Amino acid sequence: MLEINCPYCGPRFETEFSYGGEAHIERPKDSENLSDEEWGEYVFMNSNTKGVFLERWVHTSGCRRWFNVARDTVSYKILAVYETGTEPPELDLRKDV
Amino acid sequence: MPARFRLTEGGRIDRSNPISFTFNGKVYQGFEGDTLASALLANGVHLVGRSFKYHRPRGIMSAGAEEANALIQVGEGARTDPNLRATQIELVDGLTASSQNCWPSVEFDVSIVNNLASRLIPSGFYYKTFMWPASLWMTYEKVIRNAAGLGKAPEGPDPDSYDRTFAHCDVLVVGAGPTGLAAALSAGRSGARVILSEQEATLGGSLQSEPNLEIEGKPALEWVEAARAELEGLENVRLLTRTQTYGYFDHNFIGLMENLTDHLKEKPANLPRHRLWKLRAKQVVIATGSIERPLVFSDNDRPGIMLASACRTYLNRYGVKPGSKAVLFTNNDGAYAAALDMHKAGIHVAAIVDLRANSEGPLTEAARDAGLRILTDHAIIATAGDKRVKAVQVAPLSADGESARGGGEKIDCDLVAVSGGWNPTVHLHSQSRGKILFDDSHACFVPGDSAQASTVAGACNGSFGLGGCLSEGHDAGLAAAKAVGFDGKGSASAPSAEDRDFLPARWLWLVPGDKPLGHGGKHFVDVQNDVTAADLHLALREGYRSIEHVKRYTTTGMGTDQGKTSNVNAIAIVSQYFGCPIPDVGVTTFRPPYTPVTFGVFAGRDIGDLLDPARKTPMHALHEQAGAAFEDVGQWKRPWYFPHDGEDMHQAVNREVRACRDSVGVMDASTLGKIDIQGKDAAEFLNRIYTNAWLKLKISSCRYGLMLGENGMVMDDGVTSRLGENHFLMTTTSGNAAPVLAHLEEYLQTEWPELEVYLTSVTEQFATVSIAGPNARKLLAELTDDIDLSAEAFPFMTFRQGRVAGIPARVFRISFTGDLSYEINVPASYGAALWQAIMNTGEKYAITPYGTEAMHVLRAEKGFIIVGQDTDGSVTPIDLGMDWIVSKTKDFVGRRSLYRADMDKPDRKQLVGLLTDAPDTVLPEGAQLVEKIETGPTMAMLGHVTSSYHSPNCERSIAMALIKGGRARMGQKLYSPQADGKVITCSVSDVVFYDKEGERTRG
Repeated sequence: MLEINCPYCGPRFETEFSYGGEAHIERPKDSENLSDEEWGEYVFMNSNTKGVFLERWVHTSGCRRWFNVARDTVSYKILAVYETGTEPPELDLRKDV
Repeated sequence: MPARFRLTEGGRIDRSNPISFTFNGKVYQGFEGDTLASALLANGVHLVGRSFKYHRPRGIMSAGAEEANALIQVGEGARTDPNLRATQIELVDGLTASSQNCWPSVEFDVSIVNNLASRLIPSGFYYKTFMWPASLWMTYEKVIRNAAGLGKAPEGPDPDSYDRTFAHCDVLVVGAGPTGLAAALSAGRSGARVILSEQEATLGGSLQSEPNLEIEGKPALEWVEAARAELEGLENVRLLTRTQTYGYFDHNFIGLMENLTDHLKEKPANLPRHRLWKLRAKQVVIATGSIERPLVFSDNDRPGIMLASACRTYLNRYGVKPGSKAVLFTNNDGAYAAALDMHKAGIHVAAIVDLRANSEGPLTEAARDAGLRILTDHAIIATAGDKRVKAVQVAPLSADGESARGGGEKIDCDLVAVSGGWNPTVHLHSQSRGKILFDDSHACFVPGDSAQASTVAGACNGSFGLGGCLSEGHDAGLAAAKAVGFDGKGSASAPSAEDRDFLPARWLWLVPGDKPLGHGGKHFVDVQNDVTAADLHLALREGYRSIEHVKRYTTTGMGTDQGKTSNVNAIAIVSQYFGCPIPDVGVTTFRPPYTPVTFGVFAGRDIGDLLDPARKTPMHALHEQAGAAFEDVGQWKRPWYFPHDGEDMHQAVNREVRACRDSVGVMDASTLGKIDIQGKDAAEFLNRIYTNAWLKLKISSCRYGLMLGENGMVMDDGVTSRLGENHFLMTTTSGNAAPVLAHLEEYLQTEWPELEVYLTSVTEQFATVSIAGPNARKLLAELTDDIDLSAEAFPFMTFRQGRVAGIPARVFRISFTGDLSYEINVPASYGAALWQAIMNTGEKYAITPYGTEAMHVLRAEKGFIIVGQDTDGSVTPIDLGMDWIVSKTKDFVGRRSLYRADMDKPDRKQLVGLLTDAPDTVLPEGAQLVEKIETGPTMAMLGHVTSSYHSPNCERSIAMALIKGGRARMGQKLYSPQADGKVITCSVSDVVFYDKEGERTRG
């Protein structure tokens, strides 16, 4: 079970959180002008990255706030936790597995 | 009377504290400090079980967690545990234990015919035999489960209580052998918060079986005792004995199971039986030691054949002679210690059969000096004895070790001590995803790099000598403490001891027998699953290559022992077959749990009433008094219907439904989700969330809204009211309140952080009473004096604040029944008072409380949907015929998806009404509908019934259904074939069945 460091509450068990999929995907503002394929890409298609993945979590059983996590999907190591709407910090992307 | 095979002195048992226990119905005596296994051996009981597949007689093969044979059922009735290892069961007065997997008794088991027929039960037997027909598998399975399988499940609910706890520490040390003790001492002295877990009741691990070792120049057990005293005195150290560290998960999350009462005769009522520790450790030191490896030789499974280290443990720790006449069969020097100990204890050591071409090493020399008979470059090629080994056949090996030279010599014995070397217990390290490497010199898998914040030390790290264990443990504990910020000052140096391991050794993985492999005599690799070397060879001949496949096909290394004694032998035999190095074969995954964990600890206290919270409205007690039948809606208990004396559900619901159309009904609607929405952008937010327009909603007005997912599918619906310029109250369906709030928060926080909006769940802050029916206005008028209830002053879809029955209230004129209706919200603490006042005042109108079932009928009469019943996550507003609520001029969540080309397909399922030809026939909900009845087994399905009731107001049955192209089928006959072969005929209709113009609602 992961230990996730909520930026607002501190480290808590994974069971307090819910997963929100890939981060930094902005909802299109001009969906009128998107083709069905482009819209489908936004709604359904997330990356399935092997390695460092930027993803969204929400502290469901805590402060209820969303934030972003940089997690290695191979080692499950969490490399960074940062606020929604901010850019990911510089990461050391060395493989450690 | 002392048991026959008990030594008069020595060991770590308390001879002044005798204990009686029952095994297979017979009473025996043991001592405090015994395990069930040691007490049975003291009484000369070697035959303790029957094997899994062949039902061969089996004895005790080890003295620890690795036991794969002596699996025992402990207890009776509801308080019983199957598959416990006799070697780990602490003896307690009154213990009742029995053999498993035998019928009628362990002495005489009829399924032993499987052994004679074993050539008919090769590996993959079940896969190969019971393939067809699939329908018969249920029958096969019952027979197989009876014949194979392990222990029996308890009869009845578990009478014991279990607990779970969370814990955090700086350093977890797993195992309190010499390595773990040294690690706990150095980490504990540095000031780190340490937990030391030990599966046994006592500390010291293997040292408890070693009479001769010294640490710091003193007997090893004195050092253990001093370590225990020091650790117990350290406030920052917690000792968890009788605690199995069973799993190593992500981010140093560790699962431990503590056994608190199994060893107590009187179980204190305040203690749980077992406790689950959910532990997060900053650093972990794995000091789990090593497990001796058996040799794979012909008929190596007879009772009386056990690991050499187990012989030593029974002698030295428990004061038990596991036999009278012994043969040691070894491939290494270290195991000679067993021969020396047995010799010293008065067991006749008939021979030491040594696979090595040159028998050498310090212990070998000591045995030679003691005059013991050593047969160098020899092997046991056969064994004899049914319920106990009685002789071995010993012959010299050929030069390559692949066959025996000659028929050899028969040596009588009742005990065979076996050693094939040692395997580090790398399970936890492997579970943590640490790498596993092969150590050529010791021929075993050892830990490689750690994947988490952990270190492996001592024998578990392939460091088999005591001196190495102590220094590695000391260093690992110190390093772990330093890693979490302790400077390590005050720590002494590592304790010193002689460092000697079990080498030299010879690796002969498959000991030749007197007959070719598979032609008489079974070379067991995995005794728990009855997998032999011949089975492995068969799987390889049949084309299996991956060790993971070989494992699953033959079942080697599976089962409750997870291959603790079998894995390396199996991998080595596979490598030999292919002629490749062992590391090339790879190693199978070690899975948690290390040893089985009681189900009860995972449930903990979350059982019975505590399994899930029951949510009750403020009026719940009144509903109970009124005799309501309840149904669960999410976690809520909602009145389902209120039966009068002698009424069944159907009659009660009909009466309640009629009352709402004829006079007035009252319902507890407190469970509806309520979300308070405030902020200057609240209207804009709702405008983006709902499919319809919200910016111009007047204050004190209400509006129905549909909420979609981004995929365009209906997610929730409900009425939202504008309480003020920047203040709204949203209602959601009862079961969906939390997901809707989460959905709103997600968009607010992640997509539109620029909006100033605040969301608060107020579901439980308000009690809601809904009154419905033509007399609702008259009734409410009697209860309020500050709200003008006239249709002009208080029209449909508006709300007013005032007092109802003297209670401050928000009154919403909204309707889910289709009749004149008011929903009255009051602070939750006034809910019961309001309900009571309405019931009292309503008496003159014959006010009728109604439940969820009547509500469903009423709303179905009006064609109102219930999200989750009439929708299923694949239904758009267009499918529901609710285009009128979908704005074409603004964006909202899910909008773009409604314009996908697929949404225009004419065969999308659409919501329609169904009227059965026979008005009294009620279609079952979920029933499938077809255009025409075919004779074959498959018919093209058009859709299914989502809601179906008898409507007393329509005086017939009504139903709603999702039907392909439904709206173009008005009036068409459809057919619903039923499971009993009957067919219900119906025709497609409009979905509104009652008061189509809505006059009653608005009047």
